[in-house]
Amino acid sequence: MYTFNFRRASNLDEARQIHQSSSDAVYVAGGMTLIPSLKLRLASPEDVVDLSQIDGLSTISSTDSVLSIGAMARHNDVAKTTEIPALAALASRIGDAQVRNCGTIGGSLANNDPAADYPAAVLGLGATIHTNSRSIAGDDFFVDLFETALEDGEIITRVDFPVPQRAAYAKFANQASKFAVVGVMVAETAAGIRVGVTGAAACAFRLSSFEEALSASMSASALDDINVDSSDFNEDLHASAAYRANLVTVMAKQAVDQLVA
Amino acid sequence: MNAETGIGASVLRKEDARFITGKGQYTDDISMFGQTHCVFVRSPHARAKINSIRTDRAMAIDGVIRVFTGDELVADGIGDLPCGWVVNSKDGSPMVSPPHPPIATTLVNYVGEPYAFVVAESLQAARDGAEAVEADFEVLEAVIDTATASSSVQIHENAPNNQAYDWELGEKDATDAAFDKADHITTLDITNNRLIPNAIEPRAALGSYDAASSMYTLYTTSQNPHVERVVLALFVNVAPEANLRVISPDVGGGFGSKIFVYAEETAVIWASAKIGRPIKWRADRSESFLSDAHGRDHVTKAELALTSDGEMLGLRVKTIANMGAYLSTFSSSVPTYLYGTLLAGQYKTPAIYVETQAVFTNTAPVDAYRGAGRPEATYVVERIVETAARELNMDPVELRRKNFIPPDAFPYQTPVALEYDTGNYAASMSLALQLADSDGYAARKAASEANGKMRGRGYSCYIEACGIAPSQLVISLGAGVGLFESAEVRVDVSGSVTVMTGSHSHGQGHETTFAQLVSDRLGIPFESVNVIHGDTGRSDYGLGTYGSRSIAVGGSAIDKAVDKIIAKGKKIAAHMFETTEDQVEFAEGQFSFAGSNEPKPFAEIAGAAYIPAVYPLDELEPGLSEKAFYDPKNFTYPAGSYVCEVEIDPSTGVTQIEKFVAVDDFGNVINPMIVEGQVHGGLAQGIGQALLEHGIYDPDGNLSTGSYMDYTMPRAADLPDFDVDMTSTPCTHNPLGVKGCGEAGAIGSPAAVINAVTDALGVKDVPMPATPHTVWETIQQGA
Repeated sequence: MYTFNFRRASNLDEARQIHQSSSDAVYVAGGMTLIPSLKLRLASPEDVVDLSQIDGLSTISSTDSVLSIGAMARHNDVAKTTEIPALAALASRIGDAQVRNCGTIGGSLANNDPAADYPAAVLGLGATIHTNSRSIAGDDFFVDLFETALEDGEIITRVDFPVPQRAAYAKFANQASKFAVVGVMVAETAAGIRVGVTGAAACAFRLSSFEEALSASMSASALDDINVDSSDFNEDLHASAAYRANLVTVMAKQAVDQLVA
Repeated sequence: MNAETGIGASVLRKEDARFITGKGQYTDDISMFGQTHCVFVRSPHARAKINSIRTDRAMAIDGVIRVFTGDELVADGIGDLPCGWVVNSKDGSPMVSPPHPPIATTLVNYVGEPYAFVVAESLQAARDGAEAVEADFEVLEAVIDTATASSSVQIHENAPNNQAYDWELGEKDATDAAFDKADHITTLDITNNRLIPNAIEPRAALGSYDAASSMYTLYTTSQNPHVERVVLALFVNVAPEANLRVISPDVGGGFGSKIFVYAEETAVIWASAKIGRPIKWRADRSESFLSDAHGRDHVTKAELALTSDGEMLGLRVKTIANMGAYLSTFSSSVPTYLYGTLLAGQYKTPAIYVETQAVFTNTAPVDAYRGAGRPEATYVVERIVETAARELNMDPVELRRKNFIPPDAFPYQTPVALEYDTGNYAASMSLALQLADSDGYAARKAASEANGKMRGRGYSCYIEACGIAPSQLVISLGAGVGLFESAEVRVDVSGSVTVMTGSHSHGQGHETTFAQLVSDRLGIPFESVNVIHGDTGRSDYGLGTYGSRSIAVGGSAIDKAVDKIIAKGKKIAAHMFETTEDQVEFAEGQFSFAGSNEPKPFAEIAGAAYIPAVYPLDELEPGLSEKAFYDPKNFTYPAGSYVCEVEIDPSTGVTQIEKFVAVDDFGNVINPMIVEGQVHGGLAQGIGQALLEHGIYDPDGNLSTGSYMDYTMPRAADLPDFDVDMTSTPCTHNPLGVKGCGEAGAIGSPAAVINAVTDALGVKDVPMPATPHTVWETIQQGA
């Protein structure tokens, strides 16, 4: 670790002010990505702005149609929710117990790791991301590898998930890290069938060919003959692009099977 | 004996109370007055010439005390890190051992090799200092790949073709003749994947020098502190032997990787005298990945000659073994005397010939890792035997049974140097088949198929040679050390006992097992036996713990010392009974004499030994304390039968182990619970090798799997419930009839798993680790 200033903000405005006044500041929510980076000296911010003491940021509430999750809610808190079982199940399989006790939904989304789980849920369920200054449609949020629609210093405050008729998430976990090699959220929502895919490419995306096929017939076999274009897919030690393309189909089918069960 | 705590009882481990309550004392838990911290500056290049190193900016950092480079060690007479076993090539020439300065001076040869180190008041300052050390490197072409290393650019000036040695064992002509008359020849090209050890406690060292006494004290994570001491003193020249004390306190796992003498503890103990203050270093996990000696990494072509009805006639094996950049402490012995000698397996194959070419690459040194050569040998033998059975359309169990060395053939001389003392391989196989519910397999396979899954079954009948020995044999084969063990049994005045052993426990549970042995033999309470190990200042010169040797060699040494205690006790008792010592019996903790109805308990004799009133001191010295050194007459030969059943999901390539049966013959067993735990741990590592673990360097020599994000350690959820059982043919040549159990699981299991995976897929080979991606691609290639 390099030396940095630890700045604890007590409200959003203060957090923004500290961030703006610093030449090089970074927010810390759960710290599950930032702290390892700091420890490995891969990050050297001047100021680390802690969001953990800001009131109301961890609140989880719901209406009949919307599950609203505060940005600082821990993965384990989300795993205990009941409104959208697919989302709770997704949260229950992030990382390991320690990560789930510390990591937050806001931190995960702002970081936009290509193998994170939540992005598939945001896209698959059609969530809206609220920040200290505006609302961003989930479909517009993920831009590229570790890149989102957030402006510099903008803070996610909560994520609103419309409660779907039914939904399911299937994940093929990296054996070492337990990140998603591929994760697919399939949901039947008021706005139609949505399919969100994470792990496969630079950032999460919706798969319209699957959405159309499942709109016609909500069954695994509806996906049988659809070619998944893997030309932009990730390739690494653990999976080729072709294997990831296969897993997109296999995970989508598993999700569909769960969803109709 | 006491059925609760004696030999054969599953006594809970004494040491666990402190381990599970966080009271263990590991090297990093020990702090000394005036202690400083140390960080090593490591090469970012796989191969480079060091043109210059600038340390002034690092020295200017607040808190930095000294920055040392390799030149300073050389100037002070510090020698190379030696390899302690000289292996000769076919032509009789000794192996090539390139210069291996602890801290690189002119060349770096793998990513992570240290070329400087910074000592500072705090760890943070040492890190800052390490970052500020500047080196001007001239990057050179690196050699990474095992198979092509010998035809690549030459790394070391004295090693043409990047070859350390080209070794052979067995009779080439006889083996060729066996192939000439064979009805069938099975060939197999296989790799044994590189593994990275990952003990839970990273390596660490705390070195101090006391100017008043001229004593150096090194706390370090060593499996063999006496070997560490002798190498550092006699070969590396850090201190005179008499002035160097090495202490291995609690050590959290070794698996072989902590046998070796490394650069870091060498630097720390040497530099502590230079700055006159203690220096502590503890590896980060990332450092461990880069700098611990790795394991395995073989490329092998094997051929098996058979008759049409499955009689094995000859085995020919040609292996390229990757040694990494330098020859680590015992590396040369691993792909030779711990590998080629095991290629007979459990079979009476009459002719075997093996060639091993050891090559250098620009990767971390490779040395012994749990099993050390024997997993590689078992993998070759058991994969090719299974493959041959498939090619001959024979049941792989029947082919094995047909070729097993029968129980009445022991002692059995193999064509590859070893003489097996005892065994009953068919008995282990029968029990394993029964536990594996062999009869129900067809139905389970059909059920998997109906479910769209692929089911397969594989066997592995391993043999290993433990308790590496005898000293004179291994020394004649090039070993630079003897391989006996020391023991001292000190009886206290009250009859309690302190045992000093040269073995070292880093997870094995010796404090329990050895106490069981001594309490059982002396008939005294288990609780009154204390076992002390890991300190060259307290126990006699011993060889430490590796190669599953502790009970077979260390335990036998203790047993021998106990014999001496009993013999002396009889002499004392004879005086008390007013008879001669040959009239005194000792059993169940009592010395007795037929002419007396008042037997003397052990504690009474102990008291009499130290309050010497009853015997003439010109005939018998006071006290009751005895030492023994035990040098084994032969290796021990644990063996077993493993059965693995897998189910593969063809859509993802995921392999699920549905059943794993391990039947081992460890001879006599002191603590079955500890032995079973050892088997479980070994199986986890073997299954890890087969399905999960892979140390991968990219073509430039960067370690791609340098963290737990990419290197898959087996977790509990990756493993099935194991069915573990034992058969027993006691070792015939040590006093306890024991064989050793530490490595068996890791030795036997990879072949069983891959035999099952290849059976399920209907293919000849799947490279380890059979990850989902690899299995899926294998299925695609066949589709």
